Amino acid sequence: MTTQIALFGGVYSNYLALEAAITDARARGISDLYCLGDLGAFGPFPDRVFPILQRHNVQCIQGNYDDSIGNDLDNCQCGYTAERDNYYANISYLYTQQHTSADNKAFLRQLPRTRIIQVEQTQILLCHGSPRKLNEFLWESTSPDHFLEPFFSQHAVDVIAVTHTGIKWQRQLPSGLFVNVGVLGRPENDGTTNVWYTILEMSGSKTSVEFVPVEYDYQQLAQDMQNEQLPSEFIDTINTGWWTTCLEVLPQKERISGKH
Amino acid sequence: MPHSNNSVMGTTLPTISLSHLDELWFQVSGTLCNLTCNHCFISCSPTNNNFGFLSLAAVHASLQQSVTLGVKGYYFTGGEPFLNPEMTAILIATLKYGPATVLTNATVLKQDWIDALVAASRASRYSLEFRVSIDGFDAATNDPIRGAGTFARARAGVQQLVKAGFLPIITATRTWPQGNDRTVLANFIKTLKEAGYDRPRIKLLPALQIGAEIQRSRGYTDAQRVTSEMLDGFDNSQFVCEHARIVTDRGVHVCPILIEEPDSLLGTDLQQATQADYAITHGACLTCYQYGAICSNSSLGLTSGDS
Repeated sequence: MTTQIALFGGVYSNYLALEAAITDARARGISDLYCLGDLGAFGPFPDRVFPILQRHNVQCIQGNYDDSIGNDLDNCQCGYTAERDNYYANISYLYTQQHTSADNKAFLRQLPRTRIIQVEQTQILLCHGSPRKLNEFLWESTSPDHFLEPFFSQHAVDVIAVTHTGIKWQRQLPSGLFVNVGVLGRPENDGTTNVWYTILEMSGSKTSVEFVPVEYDYQQLAQDMQNEQLPSEFIDTINTGWWTTCLEVLPQKERISGKH
Repeated sequence: MPHSNNSVMGTTLPTISLSHLDELWFQVSGTLCNLTCNHCFISCSPTNNNFGFLSLAAVHASLQQSVTLGVKGYYFTGGEPFLNPEMTAILIATLKYGPATVLTNATVLKQDWIDALVAASRASRYSLEFRVSIDGFDAATNDPIRGAGTFARARAGVQQLVKAGFLPIITATRTWPQGNDRTVLANFIKTLKEAGYDRPRIKLLPALQIGAEIQRSRGYTDAQRVTSEMLDGFDNSQFVCEHARIVTDRGVHVCPILIEEPDSLLGTDLQQATQADYAITHGACLTCYQYGAICSNSSLGLTSGDS
């Protein structure tokens, strides 16, 4: 038997992309939908994503942003170290904090940090940054095989799915399949306006990955962000597909492929 | 985060355990450098042979050992790493294992080395990072610290790297009042853009008041130490020794900053050195506590070409 599940990375308040991704997954007949955390951030009207997630029974785990917003922490715990990156992260964080309802903060607070699901014969670990740290960046170019391998035996799983970096990738290792599912919240720093989600297909003991591009009404999102007076740098990213902020955490390989 | 308090002669010492060996450093050119910077925290120079080169074979042995320890990234420092005649081969070998970062002054780079590293970088799934030390945004501010003519030579080295497709991380040690950071960085960005580096990455480092820096400014006072109380509620991952070790020709030390301290030598091999806790009793440990992440590639300053 073959079963597909859909994995959504950081939503970052992009309610339009979330709706488009869910529509796409439903059209493929996928019933089990998961989100790997960071429901808010970056985009407008953070409360809009919650009814969508709940209406479609999207099972969520907690990202660093969710922990921060849910618990009214001082910052987003995104893991940036450069002053410019933190400047923009703080604008986004304060906006999201002020525009997330108490009920939704309570929802964020109670989310699990990780989750192991069984699909067919496959054990899948869902987490936000890495299996060991909520806000660890696992880039393709800085994650050696021997660093990733032990996580599979430590958690007794066949597949590990993460998000947090904003750029998708996958690697088949001797111990299992590692997938960074990308994000719905903003484009992938490749000059295109679409965002991405991930479909895992389990057939017997085999798992395959499909990264799915999601076209959505990015112009409407940009207009919403402008109306909410979010930074023009964020809006540029939505309109152009190039990251303009939070760049200093990017390693050489991921940075050189971008524009800024 | 792991830490404990050792009691020695009635004094409680704050102690850090390694949580995981994320960063494996190599003192690959020992203490030999073609420059004699007056703020160098291990007083490297053309005549300092206190620590020797690491051979490709020695590095390779540690790389193989690092696999079982799950190391996440590899860092190469000195001295000037490219004085080691096997440096290019060492980086090429390392990129088969994981991401590599080399800390260089960019004044001795040869084009055929860069060409070889471009090819190796393209063939590897892992990133190769160059961190280039420049301590002022022009000759007038850099050369008094790093030596006459070094600004022009480092600028040329950066241009070589950028032309080859690298985005070197310019690393500047703060020898100016911290309040001047924004002005200094704006000047750095202007200079680098004028040199053809249109999206410069810049990392600021606090000065470490050890080695040659003691003469340039001052050393740490006895009171400038981390105390056990300061670790209550503190994120110990900010300490390099919580997630790193460094290999030298003498063995494995606790961190890249303290190799000249006798108590920094934790063992003869990685396995041994990763099991040892470390009492953070040095003045430099306070700088690590105050600023955090000082040895990692992440920036502590304004970057991305915006001021």
